[in-house]
Order: sequence, then structure tokens, then C-alpha cells
Amino acid sequence: MITKRIIPCLDVKNGQVVKGVNFEGLRQICSPVELAKHYSSCGADELVFYDITASSDGRKLFTEILCETSQNVFIPLTVGGGINSCADFDRVLKCGADKVSVNSGAIRRPGLISEAAKLYGNQCVVLSVDIKRVDGVFRVFAKGGRENTGMEAIDWIRRCVDNGAGEVVVNSIDTDGVKKGFDLELLNAVCQAVQVPVIASGGAGCIDDFIRLFQILPKVDAGLAASIFHFGEVEIRELKQEMVKNGIPARV
Amino acid sequence: MIVIVDYGVGNLFSLKCSFAALGEQVLVTSDPDSIDSAEKIILPGVGAFQDAAEKLRKSGLDLVLKKQVQKGKPLLGICLGMQILFEKSYEYGEHEGLGFLTGVIRPIADVVPQDLKIPHMGWNALRFRGEKHPLFARVREGEYVYFVHSYYASDCDASVIADTEYGAPLTAAVAKGNVMGCQFHPEKSGDVGLRILKAFCEWKGDCVC
Repeated sequence: MITKRIIPCLDVKNGQVVKGVNFEGLRQICSPVELAKHYSSCGADELVFYDITASSDGRKLFTEILCETSQNVFIPLTVGGGINSCADFDRVLKCGADKVSVNSGAIRRPGLISEAAKLYGNQCVVLSVDIKRVDGVFRVFAKGGRENTGMEAIDWIRRCVDNGAGEVVVNSIDTDGVKKGFDLELLNAVCQAVQVPVIASGGAGCIDDFIRLFQILPKVDAGLAASIFHFGEVEIRELKQEMVKNGIPARV
Repeated sequence: MIVIVDYGVGNLFSLKCSFAALGEQVLVTSDPDSIDSAEKIILPGVGAFQDAAEKLRKSGLDLVLKKQVQKGKPLLGICLGMQILFEKSYEYGEHEGLGFLTGVIRPIADVVPQDLKIPHMGWNALRFRGEKHPLFARVREGEYVYFVHSYYASDCDASVIADTEYGAPLTAAVAKGNVMGCQFHPEKSGDVGLRILKAFCEWKGDCVC
């Protein structure tokens, strides 16, 4: 049986891994290549590299880091951040990325998803969405969670999947950094709406949060987190063993 | 020297890196002479069957590969590169493959329960079929490899050496003499994948099929 995936996310700025709590207060951790190697050896099923650089120098450095990672780590790699065109897809795919995640780029220009899906296949196009409740409605936020687009989130996700997004990363701004568990209400709504793989992101604080996620929402395919892995609050090997003990299919 | 056949389908950087990590000499090429002088051949591929098959034919690489296979040179197809080794595919119509192996490529949707997602994407366990093939010399049954596919090899019982369970058994690896293929991506299957590629590099032509 196919296993539930555990995915550490590495935010990379100026060649270093960082993680913002509630998208603010960036704090440096260490070398992305070394961290990627570490996670791969611990049993991570996939890695997400997120480029949060604004400058072109930073972008060049990020691309070099990707290449170096691909030479050392042999698990699937999703790359996001600053993806606005098919040329951006090409740039990171050539460095060994398997999937490319689009967020603000697709909000600015929804045609990006169908263009990329035609060129590289749906399985290559990952939609990443930052979602926050506003007056009880799930809204899509842009620019790293700072700007309310006014779009209703489930409708947006459905449209993007229809256009060729092959996977969805659901990032709950409401639960991100709070460490009290994933946003099950939001994730359930997304799982009901689309048939492609759904990756839960934002809110995991302990092993139990992952167990609850997969037990309560068996349609969720993967759990993603950053700081709890980076700071060793959740150890991936131990997490996977607990998943197996609880009858959740996991690669150990 | 191992060659990775470059016929304009997909990106070969990770595959090249995985052989480099094993300390193997590898060349990414579309040059018939280089393919002819290589000890072993990797046929990669991602994307659509029809497009890939046409590119092989237009470049004349289909005939180059046929000659190599007849000479007995080991060939490993990966993902779409495995599917293309078969007779034909029903992906968006009906398209002819290289015909090195008996069988056809059909949609996964035909066999798996409706509530399962397509593509079959993620880590799934290998289940050996028949006697353990030398390709698996360094892996155990039940170890996990990484799949991404919406079509699968069917009617190919004679060559299946491993399958995987996704609501129905799906062909995971095939072999017939010097022609081998895996549906999963060994270059993205961590240590297990590297061990399978290593076994392919070490394979001396001993065969159980």
C-alpha cells in the first residue's frame, strides 16, 4: 500500500535555511545541503525547498544549492518560491527538482498552471496556497501570507486543479506556528473538493498531531513541517515508527 | 561506461547524479557510436508515451537500441523508458512501442478502485514475483521505492519480476534476458534505489528469466 509521506520544508535565504513563525521573525539554522542529507538519512519521504530570496544574486545561489543537493540526496524534491513563468520551472527542473510549487505566481497569472502542466505534466505542478479565515470564510492570501486576495480558497483550489495542478499544499495561516495541530477543518474541505494528493501544512507541534491528521482525514496524503523538524522537537524516524504502530502506512 | 540515452524526454540530471554517487562512469548522450561502445544502457523517460516514441523513431535511436539489444547488451528502461520497451500503449489513443517485451500499457484507472488517487504517486513496497532477479540482489522484498505514473504494464506476466499493491497489483519491474525495466524511479528512491542501480551496474548477464 502507498505510504503517507512526511515532508520537511526548508526555507532558503542567502544560501541558509530559515524559518519564520507566522511568516515573520526569520531565524537562521544551517546549510540546506547538510540538512537535506540529514533528513534523507532519517527517512524523510520528500523535501521541499522554498526560495525566499528577492535578489537575483540570491536566486543564483539558490539554484547552485539545488544542484548540490541533487548530487547528494536521492529522494523527490519539490521547489517553490519565485516561480512566475515556465522559464522558472525549467531553471529548477534542470537542477534536479521533480516538482515545482506555484503560489503567488499563479495568483498573478492563473494561466501559469495550465502552461506548465502542458509542458511538464500535471504531476510536476504543485499548487501551494496560504489560507486564512476572514469572517468565517477561507480566503487565499498572497505575498507570503501578507495580502488578502479576496478569493475564496476552496474555489481557487478547485479551479487550479482543473487547470492542471497535480498536488495541493494547504498551508493554514491560522494554525501555522501555533503548534496545536493541523487545520483539520480546512483540510477536510479541500479533500472533499479535489481528487489530487493533498499535503497538510501548518500547525504540527508533536508526533500526535500527525497521527491525528492521518487518522481523522485518511484522504490527506502527506504532512509537511519545518521548525519542529529543524529544532528536533519531532524526530522523523520516531514519527514514522509511531505511525506504523497506529496502523498508518509509513515507510520505515 | 554506462550511457543514459538522451532523446529529449525529461530531465536527466538526477539520474546522472545517482550514478556519479555510486562512483560509476556515466555519459548522457544521443550519439549512436557512444551507445554502441557503452557496456550498458539506461533508457529514461517522463511525459507522454506518444511523444517519447516519436522522438525515438525520428532520431533513429529506436533502431540503434534494437541493434544493441540483439547484441545482448544490458538495457534498463526507467518509468516511461520502461513502458516504451513494450509493444504498445493505450495512453491517449493507441501507440506503438519498441516491442522488446511482450505486453501493453494501460491506464491504472482500469484496475484500481475509484477512491484511489491517480497518478499512483509516492512510496510503495516491492513484492518480488518468481525467483529473485539479480537486479534485486541488494534489496529485500517489502522495501519501498518511489512511483509516479498513471499507466501501467499489463499482459506481461512472462517478464514481471516485481509488482506493488495499489488496490490492485501494478507492475513494478520487468526483465527478459538483457532487457530490464522499472516503473518506479530508482534515482529518487533513496538508498534502496541506489542499490538497485548498483546491482544493474554489477550485473554480469546471469539471468533467471
